[in-house]
Amino acid sequence: MSTTTPPDAPSTPPAAPAGATPAPRPAARILNTALRHPAVVPIGAVVVALLIGAAIMLAAGLDPIVAYTAVVSGALEPGTLDYTFSVWGFICGMALAAAIPLRMGEFNLGGNGQLVLGGLTAALIAGYAPLPGPIVIPLAVIGAAVVSGAFGALSAPLATRFGIPIIISTLLLSPVAVAIVSYLVRFQIGEAGSAVAQTPRLPEGARMWALGDFSYSNVGLLVIIAMMIVFWVVDSRSAVGYELRVVGANRRFGAYGGVRVGRLALGAMAAAGAAAGVVGAIIVMSSPYRLIDGALISPGYTFAGVAAALLAGGRPLLVPVTAILFTVLQVGGAAMERSADVPRQLSDVLQGVVIVVLALRVVLDQRRSERSSA
Amino acid sequence: MQLFELSFVAAVLLAATPILYAALAGALSAQAGVFNIALEGQMLWGAFAAVAGSYYTGSAWGGVLVALLSTALFAVILAVGSARWKADPIIIAIGTNLLALGLTGFLMRVLFDVSGSFSPRGLQGLPKMAFLADVPVIGPIFAGQTVLVPLAFVVIVAAGLWLKRTPAGLRLRGVGEHPDAATALGVNVASYQTWTTIVGGALCGVAGAQLALGNVTVFTENMTAGRGWIAVAAVMLVAGRPFWLPVACLGFGAAEALGFRLQGIGAPQQLTDAAPYAITLVVLVLTRIGFARRNRSRTLIDS
Repeated sequence: MSTTTPPDAPSTPPAAPAGATPAPRPAARILNTALRHPAVVPIGAVVVALLIGAAIMLAAGLDPIVAYTAVVSGALEPGTLDYTFSVWGFICGMALAAAIPLRMGEFNLGGNGQLVLGGLTAALIAGYAPLPGPIVIPLAVIGAAVVSGAFGALSAPLATRFGIPIIISTLLLSPVAVAIVSYLVRFQIGEAGSAVAQTPRLPEGARMWALGDFSYSNVGLLVIIAMMIVFWVVDSRSAVGYELRVVGANRRFGAYGGVRVGRLALGAMAAAGAAAGVVGAIIVMSSPYRLIDGALISPGYTFAGVAAALLAGGRPLLVPVTAILFTVLQVGGAAMERSADVPRQLSDVLQGVVIVVLALRVVLDQRRSERSSA
Repeated sequence: MQLFELSFVAAVLLAATPILYAALAGALSAQAGVFNIALEGQMLWGAFAAVAGSYYTGSAWGGVLVALLSTALFAVILAVGSARWKADPIIIAIGTNLLALGLTGFLMRVLFDVSGSFSPRGLQGLPKMAFLADVPVIGPIFAGQTVLVPLAFVVIVAAGLWLKRTPAGLRLRGVGEHPDAATALGVNVASYQTWTTIVGGALCGVAGAQLALGNVTVFTENMTAGRGWIAVAAVMLVAGRPFWLPVACLGFGAAEALGFRLQGIGAPQQLTDAAPYAITLVVLVLTRIGFARRNRSRTLIDS
């Protein structure tokens, strides 16, 4: 498997060819410098994706301006802002689950399985443990992190001992977990006599604490923000974070320099699974306070998170920013469908296009290096 | 009793065929040194294109042709991006898989004004080989199948022989084995990789057509449901050798067909749905038990 190089290494400024060619005009030089800013690639990818989306809509006889306006206003109008915040939190959490392994060049595409296992664990602990709220709520979140973390970590020995790439094992494990949870909710722990496969409502004391007047966002959002801060600190300030980035930049060099790559992968996958598990726990412990079959994975938080992590190149400070984009697409997609009559699936199309454009950015780099070496 | 067993063989073949075509695409890519995990999205696009093509042309074979050509075109993104522009094939594939999922759902709404599934009255499915019905043994197995089912095995044997016995096949293997040596011998590595990936796209198109017009006659949102990933696992299992693909894919076909049988006698659908993935993973692990001793930590370090 090839590795992705986190694109945060500052590219060396172009060496002025010694007297061979006339120096570029100041305007051109400023433009050249501006194009090298690290924000250019993600922003460029988004702009190109929006243009391609507009072309697709025009071809389908739809009005892209009306659609995009509906997306933005639908996601950011005051009435839905509370809901948008909570979705942003979930997408950030799932972006963490993708970004942590991405930092070392591995892909975790099994977020759905890790998400539902976390939800299941929280539903069982919060629903059945006869403990007071201040104990049971953190216990449910931690339990979800432990179970999903262990499940995510399974992929690391599968890679080191059996040579099955993490991207493949996470993808094959995920539907198994989803199916088992779906089976349990449907036939074992579901509410008797309910038409929908869902667990009984959690008792009052085991629901995630409210956050002021918000009705969707709750203390869970703060937990996710705290996880992102921890990721940022570990990534930029600790030895483990340094090892992650070294292995991501050059795996052989990392191994040669004494990094235990297998152990690092185990830790990264455990942390990734734990992040997804916490998101599952928070969703279950938020309104409507139960585990509903399919409700955790159908909004597509997992792949919105993967897209946000890829667009951010796994960088901790960029993840919450790129997550905003996919949150707006996700929440605004429904509004776009209502008011502009553009199918919601356009959001998925844009997600895919952003990733493809981002991957193809190397063309830009190549052209540049050809030009500077010419 | 015999009828029951033969009908089970038929069900295994039916479940295995789309995976066979997609896995052949993946195996050819692997031989050319491209890690192709875009099979899932390409197969899904092929299924949609086949149904749309059959709907507009009024002919199932028209649908197959549309699927084959348009999926090859869809694969150009991966082919040119990874082979010529040296972009990361994994990231492109993650993107095109999402793109296929979104685009098929979007187009289904825009073109046909339905969501979920599309099966208009009079949609032409692929013809079954009913003329075989009276032949003993062959009849019960193949009479209900499309000609694409036996063709899959022919194509795989042909591709395997081509790889093994022709100069072009040798060069393709050389490109995957040692790109620098191939370049030194005057082989255009990028060109071989590009065309292999595009041909793989065409094969995935056929896989989708068999799924949507052969196994059933309908397009459903995300109808490939992970079959492309099972094909990727099959490629890993046989280390990209086409002749072994039928063994692996028939195994997965058997897991799926057995799941249907068990559902028929009351096993919960959720658990039988998970079986092909769990079995795939277990088989992968079992075939690689000696792996650690041979190449300690190789995938994590050398990948």
